[in-house]
This record gives sequence, structure tokens and C-alpha cells, in this order.
Amino acid sequence: MPTPILDILWIVPALPLLGAAINGLFGKNWPNKIVNTVALSATGLSFVAALEAVREFFEQGQKLVHKEFFDWIVAGSFRAGFDLQMDQLTVIMVLVVTGVGFLIHIYSTGYMSHEGGYYRFFSYLNLFMFFMLILVLAANYVLLFVGWEGVGLASYLLIGFYFLKKSASDAGKKAFIVNRIGDFGFMLGMFLLFKTFGTLDFTQLFAKAEPWSHESWGVFGTFTVACLLLFMGACGKSAQLPLYVWLPDAMEGPTPVSALIHAATMVTAGVYVVARSHILFSHSETAMVVVAIVGCATAFFAATIGLVQTDIKKVLAYSTVSQLGYMFLGCGVGAFGAGIFHLMTHAFFKALLFLAAGSVIHAMGGEQDMLHMGGLSKKIKVTYWTMLIATLAIAGFPPLAGFFSKDAILGAAFQIPGGHPLYAIGLLTALLTSFYMFRLIFLTFHGKQRYDEHHVHVHESPWTMLGPLVVLAILSVIGGWLAAPSFWGGEDHFAAFLAPIFGGAHAEGEAALSEAAAHQLELVLAGVAVFAALIGLATAFWLYLRQPGKPAEIAKSLKPIYTTLYNKYCVDEAYGAAIVKPLLSLSTNVLWKIIDVEAIDGTVNGIAHGATATGDVTRRTQSGNTRSYAVWVVVGALTILIIVFWPAIRAWAGGAQ
Amino acid sequence: MVPTHYYLVLSAVLFGLGAVAFVFKRNIITIFMSIELMLNAVNLAFVAFSQAFGKVEGQVFVLFVIVVAAAEAAVGLGIIILIQRNRQSLNIEKVNLLKL
Repeated sequence: MPTPILDILWIVPALPLLGAAINGLFGKNWPNKIVNTVALSATGLSFVAALEAVREFFEQGQKLVHKEFFDWIVAGSFRAGFDLQMDQLTVIMVLVVTGVGFLIHIYSTGYMSHEGGYYRFFSYLNLFMFFMLILVLAANYVLLFVGWEGVGLASYLLIGFYFLKKSASDAGKKAFIVNRIGDFGFMLGMFLLFKTFGTLDFTQLFAKAEPWSHESWGVFGTFTVACLLLFMGACGKSAQLPLYVWLPDAMEGPTPVSALIHAATMVTAGVYVVARSHILFSHSETAMVVVAIVGCATAFFAATIGLVQTDIKKVLAYSTVSQLGYMFLGCGVGAFGAGIFHLMTHAFFKALLFLAAGSVIHAMGGEQDMLHMGGLSKKIKVTYWTMLIATLAIAGFPPLAGFFSKDAILGAAFQIPGGHPLYAIGLLTALLTSFYMFRLIFLTFHGKQRYDEHHVHVHESPWTMLGPLVVLAILSVIGGWLAAPSFWGGEDHFAAFLAPIFGGAHAEGEAALSEAAAHQLELVLAGVAVFAALIGLATAFWLYLRQPGKPAEIAKSLKPIYTTLYNKYCVDEAYGAAIVKPLLSLSTNVLWKIIDVEAIDGTVNGIAHGATATGDVTRRTQSGNTRSYAVWVVVGALTILIIVFWPAIRAWAGGAQ
Repeated sequence: MVPTHYYLVLSAVLFGLGAVAFVFKRNIITIFMSIELMLNAVNLAFVAFSQAFGKVEGQVFVLFVIVVAAAEAAVGLGIIILIQRNRQSLNIEKVNLLKL
């Protein structure tokens, strides 16, 4: 029998790293075909290895697998090893990352085929896969942080992929810098956890944290502070208020990157960390409330901005921010399973939406403004149908994936004490989601065509691009069925699968109700949610197909609101005025012109000037005239003599007097 | 028996003459000779002290000085010959290229 993959779990992340190294180091002059083969086989094999590892995980009875491969940092009692672990949560994350990642790799071979820097693109993409897998497989916070920073690096490189374009390289920097703010909190959180518990290994840490109760450290005790600091990191990575600003700009990157990194996987890392640390979070009600409120507010806030954007990718970007808010809402109300469930289904349909949008952009020859599209449904049929499925899924129509996951989150929000406002905002957001997604569909695919047919040759994409679309469409349809039976009063397979990790966290709210009543309530809530989605759909249909002139009229009559939304609440400008400008002027006027130029350069230059001036004086002694040297020797000898005999001379002079 | 300080005064006078000649003379050979003069003035002082204190170390030092002076004379004269060859002059003031 060959070695079980679980014993060499490192192979799963190592394969993409190998692919990245090969393409990055040698790929420059290779034809696209070889680069493809390397990149696709690296991720493909990694996917296969992950599948095999998961199979073995099930075979050995779903017990936690914890492997220590080598020591990385050992200092006193502190140990951070290259330790990987596999449990139910990891299974889901690894499969989503490798599976969706592999599909997007395939798609990219078609999408990027005409672009320069082909090898570079795939090298970065593989590098991203490596770090993301490290992130989800890590068995301690330190190694997780390696992956965390690594995906940030890959994200930066890929956002700035068209680095000759100023806006793209700026967007890359913005993403990096905004993430740094969050990472700062994350690191402080780690330090605090280490100081308190003396370990950063998940298993040991959670075992030590478990016995403590929330009250033992008070409302603003260690758990709350540590959780809020970790959540700060999660806010940065997962684009939550107030650190979401980098994600919409990140759309400067190539579309497959937006799909993989900025929709399906990397941005969900924050949700993953919160879910992974759920033992800490569930010890702190304050932190949970903050997570829920931030998630809920972000969901609503981003959805309102998404209502009026005209760039197809920007709409999807704000939609991503909004959906991430849902996931945090789920975690914040204690339904970690529902949050992770939404993470998974979202990975399917949002990756699909981005890839389909990429296909549309490809068909339109690079046009991204929806106002210059329209009537494309007849011309690019496969793209249209797959995108429609994804839209139905994200809007929450049964029996598609988004319906079940969103329903689970809203249901959990409704059932916790004091959760009704959260539920109401969540429901309103669902309505808005449905509206802006169908607005996107109607503007892009229906109505009159608003582009010049002589200039734009609309064509369907190659099958390397359409294949992943179809697979993801299928997943978007069936992805939610894992939880479907609960809808008919049966068992929620997804929640049951994750139960060993999240335990009874989900049951907290439900325990209050009898099973039949709970089921009835769930049906009612689901009905309300579908009704909200229908209203959104109908409004979009009426505004953008029946009365195409109406949106402009409404925009005019509600000009202040429209302008605010269109300018994204001027958050970027506010940050610019409140943080960037003062920092810039401080750096320019104080740090640069005073500290750097005057103090530091002044000191260094002053020393150099002093040396020159001293030299100018002393070099005059070196006249080159041999006799003057002779005089110096005599004078020196006399001086030494006088110094040596000075006491004798004084005694003699004294005696003479 | 000549008193010791007679030797010492003679030694000081010889050394002073040597030092003055060393500074003021222009001909390199003369300068060289004045150095020899100073060395021998010191030798005289050594020997005088050796005799006065009845110790032999002073005479040993003198032998060392004579050996070193011989070596120095060999090297110094070689340099002087080269200077004469290169510049057709023994004037010390013409030997001033080693400056900024």
C-alpha cells in the first residue's frame, strides 16, 4: 500500500509552490502550452492529492489529523512548527480552494492567452494557491499567519499585474497597505493569546481556553480584546467596514484573479479565521456582537453602493463585500456552520459570476461599462445561462445554493435574542442583492444593444473558458442541497458534518423552540426571504426592461442620494482627507524636510565637512620640503625632552632663585 | 682621570652641532654626515656613562649603534646615488615631489 497522503500532507501545498517556482524561474521564454501544462498539473495534482487526503480522512473516521513536519521557531517554551492539520473545517476549505482554484486555472488559460507576461501570471496564481493552502491547513496561528501574509503578497502581485497602468499598481499598493492595518491587529491578537495561554497551537490553545467562562474576564477581558484584534485582521483581509476600501479597487487585476482571490478564496480567509477561533469568540459576547454588527452593516452598506455602479466588475466587487458581511453576520450570531456554508456556496456562485463577467468582457473586447452593453443574451448563450444561474443563486431563489446558505444565516440571526434588527437589515440586503444582480443581468444581456456593432465583434468565449463556467453553474445549483433536507424537517448534512468542530454553537437559539415550531418558523422565514428576492427581481425587471427611462428619472429626483451612492459615500475621499493627507504632509514636511534632510543628512554631511576642513588645515604640514620635516623631527624631540624633564627643570629653576 | 661631565658636555656640543647642521644644510651628503655626527655624540655619552657606572651595557649599546649606523650608511648612500642620477643635483630643496 502506498504512503497515505495524510502522512505527507505537505504535498498538497508543495505542488503549487513547485509549479510557481518552475514557471517563475524558467517560464519566460516557454510557449504558452508548456506554461499551461506546468501550472495546470501543479494545481490539478494538488486537487487530486487533496481529494485523496479527504477520502483517507473519512476512512479513518473523521478524527482530527495533526502532523508535525519540522520545527520552525523554537524559543524557550514557545514552539511554532510547520504543522498541518485536517479536520472537517479544513476539508471544506481545502476542497473549495483547490477545486475552484483548478477551475479558474483552466479558465485563465483561455482568458489570458492574448496577454503578455503569461508565465508570470500563472506563477503568481500558483504561488497564491500555495499560500492559501498553507493558510487553511496550518495547525497554529503562526503558520496560518505565513499563509495570511503570503496570499496578501500574491494578491498584491496580481492586482498590479498590469503594472504599467498607474491605477493598477496603485490599487495593488492600496490593497497591501489597508491589509497591513488589519494584520497589525492580527499580530497583536496573536501576542496576547501567546502571553495568556503560552501556546499558539490550535489544539492546545483551544483546550486551554475552553474551561474559562466569559464572565471570568469581564466584558472587556482578554477574550474580548484578543477576539477583536483577530477580527481586525479579518476585517482587513475580508474587506469589512471600515477596511473594505481596497477590494473594489482590486478589480484592476485580471478577471480570473478577481474570481479566485477577490471573491472565492482569499477574502474568505477572515471568515475562516473567525470560524477557526470560534471557541475564543464564543467566550466573548462583546466580540460576537461586534462581529455580527460589522458584518450586517457591511452587508447593507456595500449592497447600497452596488445598486448604482455601472462597471460590471465593480457591481460584483461590492456584492462580494456584501456577501462577506453575511458570512460574518452568520459567525457573529453563533451560526459558524452557516457562515462557512455561505462561504462555500458563495465561492461557487461568485467565482461563476466573475468568470462569466470575464467572458462578457472578453466578448465585448474589453468593455466593462454595462451602459455600453445590452442585448447580449442571444449572442453569448452559454455565458448568459450560466450567469443567470449564478444570479438566481446569489439572489436566494430555491433550490439554488445561495438560498439555503443565506436562509441559514438569516434564520440564525432571527432566533438569537435581540437579533431582529440584524434579521431585518439582512432581509433588506437580500432584497437589494436581488435587485442589483438582476439589474446587472438586464443591463448586460437584455434590452436594446447600446454598443456600436461595427466596432465590437461580439463572440462567445472558447471552451476552456466555458467549461469551468458550466461546472461552477452545476455546483451553484447543487451546492446547497447538503443542507436541503433540513428544509423538509430532516437533518442538515452540512451542519452535522461540521458539528464535531462547532459543537452545539448552532443550537443555542433553536433550543428555545420545540422542533416543530422551529421548523415552521424556518419555513416562514424562507418564504419571506424568497418574497424579498422576488420584489428585487420585479423592481429590476420593471425599471430596466419595462421603463428603461425610469432609472434616470429616479436618479434625477433623488439626486443627493444617487450621487452619494454613486460616489460610494465618498469613503475613499474621507480616508484621503482624514488619514492619507495628514500622513503625507507629516511625511513631507516633518519627516522628509526636517528629520531626513536636516537632521540625518545634516549629521552625515557635517561629519564629512568636518573631516575635509580638518584635512585642509593639517595637509599644510605636508609641504614636501624635506628640511621642514627635519625641523619637525627636531622640534618634536625637543618637546618630548622638555616634557620628560619638566619636573627637573622646575626644580632647577626654583633652586636658582 | 677625566671627569664624566667633560665627556657629556663634549657629547652635547657634538649633538647640537649635528642637529643644527641637519636642519640648515642643503647638501644631502652633509646632512647625512651630520646624522652620523649625532649618532657618534650619543655613542660618546653611552661610553662615558658606562665608564662612570662601571657597567658594560653602555658599550654593548654602542656596538649596536655602530652596526645600525653601518647599515644605514649603506642604504642612505644608495639612495643618495639614485637621487644624484635622477636629478643631477644633491640639493635637498629639489627633492620635494612627495607632496600634494
